[in-house]
Amino acid sequence: MAEEPGPLDPLEVRGPGFLLGPRPRPGRRRARREGTRGALIAFVSTLVFVGLALWAILSSDAWPAVQRQFFDPESFREVWPEVLGGFWLDVQMFAVAEVLILAFALVLAMIRSLRGPAFFPLRVLVIGYIDLIRGIPIILLILLLGFGVPALQLAGVPNSALFWGVTALVVSYSAYTAEVYRAGIDSVPESQRMSARSLGLTQGQTLRHVLVPQAVRNVTPALLNGFVSLQKDVALVYILGVREAVREAQIYNARTFNYTGYIAAAVLFLLASVPVARFADWYSERDRRRRQAMSA
Amino acid sequence: MRLRLGMTILLVLALVAAACGDSEGDDGGGGESCAIEDLELVAPGMLTIATGEPVFPPWMIDDDPTNKQGFESAVAYAIATEMGFADAEVQWVRTGFDQAIAPGPKSFDFNIQQYSITAERDEVVDFSDGYYTASQALIAYADSPVQDATTLDDLKPYRLGAAIGTTSLDFIEEVIEPDTEPAVYDTNADAKAAFDAGQLDGLVLDLPTAYFVTAVEIEEAAIVAQFASPAEDPEEFGLLFAEGNSLVDCVNEAIAALEDEGTLTALADEWLTEASDIRVIDE
Repeated sequence: MAEEPGPLDPLEVRGPGFLLGPRPRPGRRRARREGTRGALIAFVSTLVFVGLALWAILSSDAWPAVQRQFFDPESFREVWPEVLGGFWLDVQMFAVAEVLILAFALVLAMIRSLRGPAFFPLRVLVIGYIDLIRGIPIILLILLLGFGVPALQLAGVPNSALFWGVTALVVSYSAYTAEVYRAGIDSVPESQRMSARSLGLTQGQTLRHVLVPQAVRNVTPALLNGFVSLQKDVALVYILGVREAVREAQIYNARTFNYTGYIAAAVLFLLASVPVARFADWYSERDRRRRQAMSA
Repeated sequence: MRLRLGMTILLVLALVAAACGDSEGDDGGGGESCAIEDLELVAPGMLTIATGEPVFPPWMIDDDPTNKQGFESAVAYAIATEMGFADAEVQWVRTGFDQAIAPGPKSFDFNIQQYSITAERDEVVDFSDGYYTASQALIAYADSPVQDATTLDDLKPYRLGAAIGTTSLDFIEEVIEPDTEPAVYDTNADAKAAFDAGQLDGLVLDLPTAYFVTAVEIEEAAIVAQFASPAEDPEEFGLLFAEGNSLVDCVNEAIAALEDEGTLTALADEWLTEASDIRVIDE
């Protein structure tokens, strides 16, 4: 059965250790000394590598031109407020879309996991949806929903580009995320399903109380991976005329022929995605250790 | 061990320091002669002209720059002839907007696709003198209330849009200053789709494009008005060159000659509908 997450290990809570992966176990001096030496070597080799790369780039004759068009501090200051404003819109789109995706995809995955001939039409419907949506380029989906649906001028259907842009993302990402969930459900040992059914739980109850909680835990890193991907893909709705961060950078680029705005946008996207990636690593590492502890 | 590490660090620091030092490139100076054999051309003996992909009327017809049909195709060949190139010595390449303005070597001698000349852009590329002065125009559905607008203030409540890479967006933001932030589309085609989707009340384009769009692409739409180009700072289209290109002076000579003999005006009359019957909004 699904187990409740235990109280947090005090070691985990104390510091931002998840930024750098597993911390060395205390009380192993030798290992720590070797760790220090390793860190030193890593530091020096990084320095050499970065130094050589910098040298190769900066010594190029064309570097001043590239610097002026891509890394111009003056332009950076000028474009920053616009890009930041656009990025806030990206964050909002992401938050709304991610919640809807997680919920909708779970429903899809649960339907797909239902057993028995009675549910055949539902399963086919969901499989058809997933196959179809995953096969369509996301940009086409955004254009189709964003421009196509409102052009039908159906009564009561919103025509906002923002609304349909986010809808397209939800439609597309739900298909992928449903497959992630399904992999999670399939990874739960069959005996769990059998035991639950033999206890008298219905299919629905089995899914809800037994399979899904374990499945979600198994695929959390994969779900977080989808998070990071979506964080950047929200920018694609710019094609509908929505002025988010990348679009603002592009407008600045078109106006001045300077690309620095894209760098500003990249900085913001990095600031948002790197913590999620580090968190995902930390989480799966913690999960791995817990499982080891459990089986020990 | 420790000594070697120290040496390595020193070496790296030295490398970085060296890299940060001077590395100035030398811009080749241009020759004074405009004879074809003296020009620094991308392909020897050939004038290589770039344009967009695809290209639209009235600037070029049938997406074919080589047929001399359409204003920009005609102007390009007129300039080439003025410089002494036979038609067969003109070759065309297609570039996207970004490709044309990115730093680095260019695949063309000059690029013609309604580039507006601005001081900011001039810092990273070179422009010829203007070959056309454009006014902006607003289009909207023929039955839209936007059609009744007679002043800039009347336009403020509407959702307006422009295509990226045009100066129409600047025009909306700086001159009309609408209440809602103008939307920006990749192409006129996308802007048109937003129009059809009811996400947009009015679209600002340069006037010749507005004629084409209302006549062919969005037949339900009509031109609301044109806006007077400010006399002190008119919006001009120029040919785009890589920065420091030595060809600019010779091309400017050709453009000046075409201007003097009236060829540019004649071509504009031939390909770009004159706008005498369109209402002008200037306040």
